[in-house]
Amino acid sequence: MRVNASFICALSPLAKIRYCIFMSLTVSNLSCQRGGQTIFAGLSFELAKGQAMVLRGPNGAGKSTLLRVLAGLIPPLSGRIDLNGCGHKNRDDFQEMIAFAGHLDAIKPQLTVAENLRFWADLFGSNAFDQTMQDFRLVEISDRLSHTCSAGQKRRLGLARIAVTSRPLWLLDEPTVSLDTEITAQFTALIDQHCAAGGMALIATHIDLGLNSSTELYLEALTRKTLQSLPESDPFLKGDWT
Amino acid sequence: MKALLIRELRLALRSGGGAGLGLAFFLIVVILVPFGVGPDPKILAQIAPGTLWIGALLACLLSLDRLFQTDSEDGTLDILALSPLPLEMLVAVKAFAHWLTTGLPLVIAAPVLAITLSLPTETYIWLIASLALGTPALSFIGAAGAAITVGVRRGGLLLSLLVLPLYIPTLIFGAKAAALASGGGDPMPALMLVAGLSLFTVALTPFAAAAALRSHLG
Amino acid sequence: MRLSGRVLPYVSVIAVVLLAVGLIWGFFFTPDDFRQGASVKIIYVHVPLAFLAINIYFMMFVTSLIWLIRRHHVSALAAKAAAPIGAVFTLAALISGALWGSTTWGTYWQWDPTLTSFLIMFIFYIGYSALWGAVDEPDKAADLTSILCLIGSVFAVLSRYAVNFWSQGIHQGASLSLDKEENVSDVFWLPLVTVMAGVFFLFLTLLLIRTRTEIRNRRITALQAREIS
Repeated sequence: MRVNASFICALSPLAKIRYCIFMSLTVSNLSCQRGGQTIFAGLSFELAKGQAMVLRGPNGAGKSTLLRVLAGLIPPLSGRIDLNGCGHKNRDDFQEMIAFAGHLDAIKPQLTVAENLRFWADLFGSNAFDQTMQDFRLVEISDRLSHTCSAGQKRRLGLARIAVTSRPLWLLDEPTVSLDTEITAQFTALIDQHCAAGGMALIATHIDLGLNSSTELYLEALTRKTLQSLPESDPFLKGDWT
Repeated sequence: MKALLIRELRLALRSGGGAGLGLAFFLIVVILVPFGVGPDPKILAQIAPGTLWIGALLACLLSLDRLFQTDSEDGTLDILALSPLPLEMLVAVKAFAHWLTTGLPLVIAAPVLAITLSLPTETYIWLIASLALGTPALSFIGAAGAAITVGVRRGGLLLSLLVLPLYIPTLIFGAKAAALASGGGDPMPALMLVAGLSLFTVALTPFAAAAALRSHLG
Repeated sequence: MRLSGRVLPYVSVIAVVLLAVGLIWGFFFTPDDFRQGASVKIIYVHVPLAFLAINIYFMMFVTSLIWLIRRHHVSALAAKAAAPIGAVFTLAALISGALWGSTTWGTYWQWDPTLTSFLIMFIFYIGYSALWGAVDEPDKAADLTSILCLIGSVFAVLSRYAVNFWSQGIHQGASLSLDKEENVSDVFWLPLVTVMAGVFFLFLTLLLIRTRTEIRNRRITALQAREIS
């Protein structure tokens, strides 16, 4: 099965067709550690084609870290992530399917709104530039330098990047921060639209978005007791070199 | 790739005269030398190639710490890592853009400054050639250093400490080529070595820099 | 760790014995050089230190590779532990060389290829250690320093040739440096080898102590992190 999966990844034109048929995200027994601290452990969940998942949990529960791990930016300590049959170790093919929006909007203040978005559209080889400019109501501010934009406008531009990249899995970290209610509703509709078209979305948020078809994943901050019950993963505490 | 290059150039031009600043710094460094060693044209002509090379090297270093720093701070680096462009290519494009905005203006300005240092006219062509062939190496080595020190405490200072020793071979060959020409020797071997060094760093350092950037993302 | 703990006393004793024998032998029971007089005895300090200074660098190159390929934590820590020792050895070699040079060459410093290369190496050791200190996350620090060490190694070789190229032009072949290997006769050679072995064991002792400290340090940090959470 595993050999098969990497085979699909290798044949990329063919694989692109396959992705549409077997669209799914499978996370099995995922653990992550940062700076010797276990952030989460033994995490397993599945996300099917057309589904959105809302990630909830208190501050410090590891929502952001989970999203970064799923984006392939942080290597997990153990476990497996399968996206359309492509394992996370096959980094280049894996990341080809991901659109990620973290806390930061990745906007260059010296460029205009249109230039910022145009760059991402060109880099990701997308032709959805005009449509996205309209969808996010960026047309009226398109020639404005980004550093003169308000926080909400910047956020909109940051999220427009997600839409313009046309990738199947959206990973969104608190996307609605500093958005007004109207835009939030529009953005929610856009996520629904993305899912209806067969995409997937994973959203870490504290508010109720009111998505059409969504499941919820609750990440709990690990207590000391659960931490102690985990098998020792820090090589310096395992007793290898006592 | 073209999009990235255009964006890099646009950013450099709009961020408070990025290219101009390096050039001004180069000017200042070179102008300071006669104040330090005295206005004797003979001495100045002798040390001109070395002075111009060291000036170019320092000016290059000045803008290096921003090569990945701003991208790392505003989250751009995360998104670039997810783009279809491999990180190695990204580093190469950024380093090339750095050369276009920093190295190239220095090459063009060097002969003008060489006049003030009374360098013999016939060696100008060799000075330009050595700088043109050598400054890409400075940008690419610097890119590796910048990638290592992104987001590191006192990264700018550390960058100079790490990168300057790596500049020594380029400096030696580059300054030697110009100095040999002004001393009546044959500058070709040194020039070839400079060119070889540049090609070598262009081929090699993007991989090291990409590895360092991946470590930073994680 | 257990093995290193058991080996440590022996290694340190061997180091002390070899150093004592070699140095006393070299300093008091060898004839003075007919040209250089008693100052030739600096060779027993200078050559072993210089020899080790280069080889410590090589050891760091190997351990860095091991870290990048196999992710073996102790390997990275051994490289970290070796760097300051290397820096001190390099500095000591430079200083002892300068003292030696002052009597035989009549100058403390000459921009000779070998001397210059050692100076560059010293700067590299400093930069490498500084990078370790500047990065908070230990694994990331290990990654970055290893990458730096690999780049540094490539450029160390380049610098070596570049410096030769550069200095030829200045000296026109009239180099001041003595060709040490050829000048040394057996009378000097045997105690020199003894001291070299002694300095090697001294390095091993220091390396073991420092690596053990680093490992314990990491354990303490991990335990503290666990306490807070």
